[in-house]
Amino acid sequence: MRDIDMERVNGTREKMLETVKSPVLTHEQKVAAMANLADSLLEVVDLPEGLHDLMDQPIDSKCICDLAEGHAPLRPRYIIPDYKKFMREGSKFLQLDPPKDLFEALNSLLIFYKHVPSVTNFPVYLGALDELLDPFVQDMDEELAKKMIRLFLIHVDRTVLDSFSHANVGPRDTKAGRIILEVEAELEQAVPNITMKYDEDITSDEFALMGINTTLHSAKPSFANHKMFKSELGEDYVIASCYNGLKLGGGSYTLCRLLLGNIAKRASSVEDFKKNQLPYVCRVMADYMDARIRFEVEESGFFENNFLAKEGFIRRDRFTAMFGMVGLAECVNHLMELQGKTGRYGHDEEADALGVEIMDEIDAFNKAHVNPYCEATDGHFLLHAQVGIDSDMGISPGTRIPIGEEPEELIDHLRHCEKFHRYFPSGTGDIFPIDTTVHKNHDFLLDVIKGSFREGIRYLSFYAADSDVVRITGYLVKRSEIEKLERGENVLQDTTALGMGAKHNSRVFQRKVR
Amino acid sequence: MEKKEKVLAAADPGCGRVPVNKIIPFSAVDGPGNRTAVFLQGCNFDCRYCHNPETRNLCRNCGSCVGKCPKGALFTDEDGKVRFCPEKCCGCDTCIHVCPFGCSPRIRMMCAEEVFAEVKKQQPYIRGITVSGGECTLYPDFLEKLFVLARGAGLGTLIDSNGTLDFEKYPQLLAVTDGIMLDIKSWDLEDHLRVTGAANERVLKNLEYLAASGRLFEVRTVVVPELFDCEKTVRETARLAASYLGRGNIRYKIIAYRPMGVREAYSHYHVPDQAFLDHLAELARREGMTDVLIV
Repeated sequence: MRDIDMERVNGTREKMLETVKSPVLTHEQKVAAMANLADSLLEVVDLPEGLHDLMDQPIDSKCICDLAEGHAPLRPRYIIPDYKKFMREGSKFLQLDPPKDLFEALNSLLIFYKHVPSVTNFPVYLGALDELLDPFVQDMDEELAKKMIRLFLIHVDRTVLDSFSHANVGPRDTKAGRIILEVEAELEQAVPNITMKYDEDITSDEFALMGINTTLHSAKPSFANHKMFKSELGEDYVIASCYNGLKLGGGSYTLCRLLLGNIAKRASSVEDFKKNQLPYVCRVMADYMDARIRFEVEESGFFENNFLAKEGFIRRDRFTAMFGMVGLAECVNHLMELQGKTGRYGHDEEADALGVEIMDEIDAFNKAHVNPYCEATDGHFLLHAQVGIDSDMGISPGTRIPIGEEPEELIDHLRHCEKFHRYFPSGTGDIFPIDTTVHKNHDFLLDVIKGSFREGIRYLSFYAADSDVVRITGYLVKRSEIEKLERGENVLQDTTALGMGAKHNSRVFQRKVR
Repeated sequence: MEKKEKVLAAADPGCGRVPVNKIIPFSAVDGPGNRTAVFLQGCNFDCRYCHNPETRNLCRNCGSCVGKCPKGALFTDEDGKVRFCPEKCCGCDTCIHVCPFGCSPRIRMMCAEEVFAEVKKQQPYIRGITVSGGECTLYPDFLEKLFVLARGAGLGTLIDSNGTLDFEKYPQLLAVTDGIMLDIKSWDLEDHLRVTGAANERVLKNLEYLAASGRLFEVRTVVVPELFDCEKTVRETARLAASYLGRGNIRYKIIAYRPMGVREAYSHYHVPDQAFLDHLAELARREGMTDVLIV
């Protein structure tokens, strides 16, 4: 471990004391913050040359960001336990037998969730809840099943205090799936995030329409293109955290992101950007990710000692890593201006074509880079359109069109999405607030989803423009909770603070209503 | 009424082009699912509560709007005709507000093929098209051609009409039409004359004919209690429509009058309250209608 100077130690001690005294943070949020501060004093990962100049910089010039993963990764960033196996076999470590009825199944899941680590210390994946619970609801009173699932979901919202926690339903229409959607429409709560895997050849219209009704009440589920994810990751993929496609029983070691807008600022021309600056930053970031992964796998001991690995709920060889990016819009617009051109990303054919060329470059870099511990995805990382963080300013998530510049017509917006969603097996998505007249015509959204997925769009989220629960970037927050935090009151979920930051820095409440 | 039809027919240059007011690529409010809605210009009714009165008349090329456009999207060509550049338009509607004839200069003369080319851009996101107006059935040949093209591409076809076309005489049009959304403005002739400036015998004949032939997708009534006998209109319309429900579902949409877009002279009517709308819906249900919607 490398030494650090006392000035940094003392600076960190100051921050720890501030954390202890914070009037706004809850106890759990303080403990998590203290752990991160302690971790920040460790220096164990072999940092590639050039990283400091690209990463430890102010937000308007940093080119690489590791999303607060910490200095000594003691667990993979995202962990996707195989809950099916848990339902089948129970757990020795947790001293739980396989559940025999809905009471036991829900109780076992709630116990298990408390033992799944992640970058947020809360599980980012809660299972394909419909499939897991469907066998148990078949032969029981439906009202009782509904009440039990309702209490279970309330329990999750109040104890899994982070809306990156994600449950899946679909693509099959099931009794348990219907109960979950019905209950979530009534509860209007932020956790869990939910995705419906949708395939028009498998998912019934009725089930999809229930999902649409629920999303117009509680901003979830989002809709994932099942055919597309299946063709890339196999049948056993899941959607976790914001919208991340990952393999069941695996996860992602790490997620770092390129800040493309700032990388463009380093370039003297489009040519310089494509040939020199972009490849250089991609190289440094990939080396950094390799170093983090090496530490996790070879030194942290996680995969040898954690019960999830020991009992086979996860397998090291089902993990991959996510090569993220943000700010394609700002990057393209800067490069257009550099050429004296006025065309804007999302509106101009040449600008969008440049965006596609840049994505092709990043894709080609990633396909040429090999990491020995990403066997699950042919030795490569998976590209990820990162949704941004609360402190981002003037940086559009992934490949999204900046808020305030969305095309007038939804069709033009979707045609733009079609060009970019294909690059991101580990996640991308666009979000549309919906005018409430659609409440009376859910088929409208169903047609939009069907058309989108036929045209190669990967992932869509909707929420009613006047809803309390809203999708910030990928995660969900209640507006009423943000208002509490703005008044200086404690709030239960840590993601509320992120939502407040995004509201002020990224105008997320000003999206164009469709 | 006949005179007006002639005026509009004269505006057709003869190559099957019709005046198109606008095309909305995605509409959630013009029939089931997501549809492209095509609005044709020109109407043979003069409904007091019309919320898009600029779709009623055809441009007389007076040029009043040309100098007023903030974006320079309008100009007068060599033949003295007012022309419109859609790409410069910012949608501020100044031209509509300044027009002394209650018209819009943003009209494109388009044939069925050209309109269909615009519709096709939305596939596969839409399940069908709806043609509205103005009164789109002033151009039945155009409708038939457009619908043949739409059907060929697997799209549904709906007409939004005031019921003045004698549908019985257009079997080929009906053969390519999934359904008609028919406005019943008033049951009584006298009321109807006051509301629309036109008679309603043919409208009521169409109500029965379309219901009987299973082509009546929807009937709707805009509720303005001060203007006509709403209860009688809803009751009689529902009674007639309900007697044909066996031939296919018919939705009754009860629409509250709202002053948005209505000409100043007629924007003083009261917006009906929810209790009255619920009462009308109940009347319709009592006559046997099952699919009743208040908007």
